[in-house]
Amino acid sequence: MSTDAIVLPRTEPLSRPLVDTLHEWVTTVDHKRLGILYLGYALLFLVVGGIEAGIVRIQLIRAHNDFVSPQVFNRMFTMHGTTMIFFVAMPLVFGFANYLVPLMIGARDMAFPRLNAFSFWLTAFGGLLLYFSVLGANGLYGAGNAPDVGWFAYAPLTSRTFSVGHSTDFWTLGLLVSGFGSIGTAINILTTILCMRCAGMNLGKMPLLVWLNFVMSGMVILAVSPLTAAQLMLLVDRYLGGHFFDTQAGGSAVIWMHFFWIFGHPEVYVLVIPAFAFASEIIPVFSRKAIFGYPVMVAATICIGFIGMSVWAHHMFTVGMNSNANTFFVLSTMAIAVPTGIKIFNWLATMWGGKIEFKTPMLFCVGFLFQFLVAGLTGIMLSAAPFDWQLGNSYFVVAHFHYVIVGGILFTVFAAFYYWFPKMTGKMCNETLGKLHFWLFLIGFHLTFDFMHVPGLLGMPRRIYTYEPGRGWDVWNLIVTIGVFFQALGTTVFVVNLVWSYFKGRAAGPDPWDAWTLEWSTPSPPPAYNFVSIPMVKSRRPLWDLKHPNDPDWKYE
Amino acid sequence: MNAASTTIAEQRSVVSRPARGRVGMFGLIAAEAAIFTIFVVAYLFYVGKSLTGPMSKEVLSVPIFYTICLLSSSLTIHMAAKALRRGNIQGFGAWWFATIALGAAFIYGTATEWHRLIYHDGLTISTNLFGTTYYSLVGLHGFHVVVGLMSLSIVMALTLVGNVRSEHAERVDVLSLYWHFVDAVWVVVFTVVYLIGR
Repeated sequence: MSTDAIVLPRTEPLSRPLVDTLHEWVTTVDHKRLGILYLGYALLFLVVGGIEAGIVRIQLIRAHNDFVSPQVFNRMFTMHGTTMIFFVAMPLVFGFANYLVPLMIGARDMAFPRLNAFSFWLTAFGGLLLYFSVLGANGLYGAGNAPDVGWFAYAPLTSRTFSVGHSTDFWTLGLLVSGFGSIGTAINILTTILCMRCAGMNLGKMPLLVWLNFVMSGMVILAVSPLTAAQLMLLVDRYLGGHFFDTQAGGSAVIWMHFFWIFGHPEVYVLVIPAFAFASEIIPVFSRKAIFGYPVMVAATICIGFIGMSVWAHHMFTVGMNSNANTFFVLSTMAIAVPTGIKIFNWLATMWGGKIEFKTPMLFCVGFLFQFLVAGLTGIMLSAAPFDWQLGNSYFVVAHFHYVIVGGILFTVFAAFYYWFPKMTGKMCNETLGKLHFWLFLIGFHLTFDFMHVPGLLGMPRRIYTYEPGRGWDVWNLIVTIGVFFQALGTTVFVVNLVWSYFKGRAAGPDPWDAWTLEWSTPSPPPAYNFVSIPMVKSRRPLWDLKHPNDPDWKYE
Repeated sequence: MNAASTTIAEQRSVVSRPARGRVGMFGLIAAEAAIFTIFVVAYLFYVGKSLTGPMSKEVLSVPIFYTICLLSSSLTIHMAAKALRRGNIQGFGAWWFATIALGAAFIYGTATEWHRLIYHDGLTISTNLFGTTYYSLVGLHGFHVVVGLMSLSIVMALTLVGNVRSEHAERVDVLSLYWHFVDAVWVVVFTVVYLIGR
């Protein structure tokens, strides 16, 4: 079997010109390098989007603040949301999927390596296009500006009348281009999983990460395409004088909301399902137990995939839909809590009675479990339409979805970085810095997003530039902003840890966590061809079988 | 472990997976179907909501002939693929050319219809809601026909210089899937634009 790495004599010289290395990275079609490119690109934009969030929070730190102008404030929250969803979260998801899926299914690359590279560069240039608006949105006058229509860009604010210049066009084109990239990658992941699995790996023996990325890719295909269609319509409206969203000519502003959220809500699941995937791989390894209820986990994920496509209009309760629509979307939204709850119980059952090792990846996963539970609970509160009429578009909503995206998704992404960094670089991350990162970020997260619920309950609307003193919002906003500094500090420690560990970290070896999936059977970092010979698996934990020939899994599965 | 003794050749024989090209094309078709769904929903939502004329029942006539052209091209491309699988390159070339001709006829039909609408009836994409939704939906479909025609023409050119052989039948099948999809979408667009919306 392929677990014994064959040591090949080093034939190439140790140091090569930088230009050659760069050229290799730019022209690469290797899924591992593209995965790392996705991740590096996402981390870069994570810092940019984080700075934008910081500017928004500093502006709101006290009443009547004027740290930035109202115009800049609008641009900052628009760019923060757009950047974090499309150019941080999506590339992070695709980066890990790219890197891990072929390794975990025993393949040498993705199904379409060149499409893979094409998709990455579409995503990358989509992000550059969005940020080029800062320079180019007003043409060559030398005074551009960034989009300021909010990340869901409701009509008619995006019409020519209300959004002059080209800032909205850059937003549209950036998302359109990166959307094509996302669809390409999703098709690629789907095809890879269906066509490239090694011998013995039938669908029931795939690692959960592969299963969950399969569902995620299906959702991307069905959810990002409507966004593409809506963006095309917006372009028709803005450039060809169309009337899709033009209420003056009989068009509807509400239909944009439907089209956007038909994308927008499944997108949440597109992002959180890979987060579930990381947790489903990391929690068993650090509990030293096989995942509890594998078939139920798969079924719950597929359930989430289906229900997740039919809940979008819960973003629109406050718009005023008829009572049938309200009832349907209340019930479907509440229903999705059931498969999600099943998953949480399964992770807990996996930890139950296990020999838990609180290494950094596990710490982040435990944080995720608690925080995602709270996020789900506020989600159920908001799914009740009458409750949503009170708190829709308030900071309560902002706190809720940041609890999902930061407390749920970002925490598992950090866990994934600490868990797979040794595989990607061959070096271990520093545990002390990792734990410092965890505690700083945990404190910052809870200071910011726990206390953000309160001004929402007290009636503070989202996206306001400033507020009057004496409404009871001041102290909460102060605490929320203080939390941001802890998060920024934690992220700095994270970046320092990555850089330091890359150069000075302890050598990892092929399998530092004593894990069970196929990627750990390759050297760290894996060679370009991944496996010397294509492996053959007999159970969900092929490395367990290899390490315990007397007690293999396939006897029990 | 038992697997250690298994040779790669033996392992290969165990695995039978679907062909990449087909699965990838089905993925693309799913994504395209989602895009068309949104445009179709927008069209249906806006039927009869235009505030000014011309309305669809005043200016649209049902393009029966060109519809027959496009739909029968599904049959010809099927015959072409079948001929190629049997190794009949001549037959493949003939059926393939017929497919391109029928597709081109359809595009010609759309062009004349649009020309009449624009110059005779004064309907452009910015005239009213009907114009916006009509040109977007039919245009999006027409765009896909044109992309299909370009791909078909590349294969035609390769056939004429003698580079298409029966071992390419699998890839030609993948392309024909796309063409069938374009035809199937026209059934939906035709129903929505010329039957329901008129």
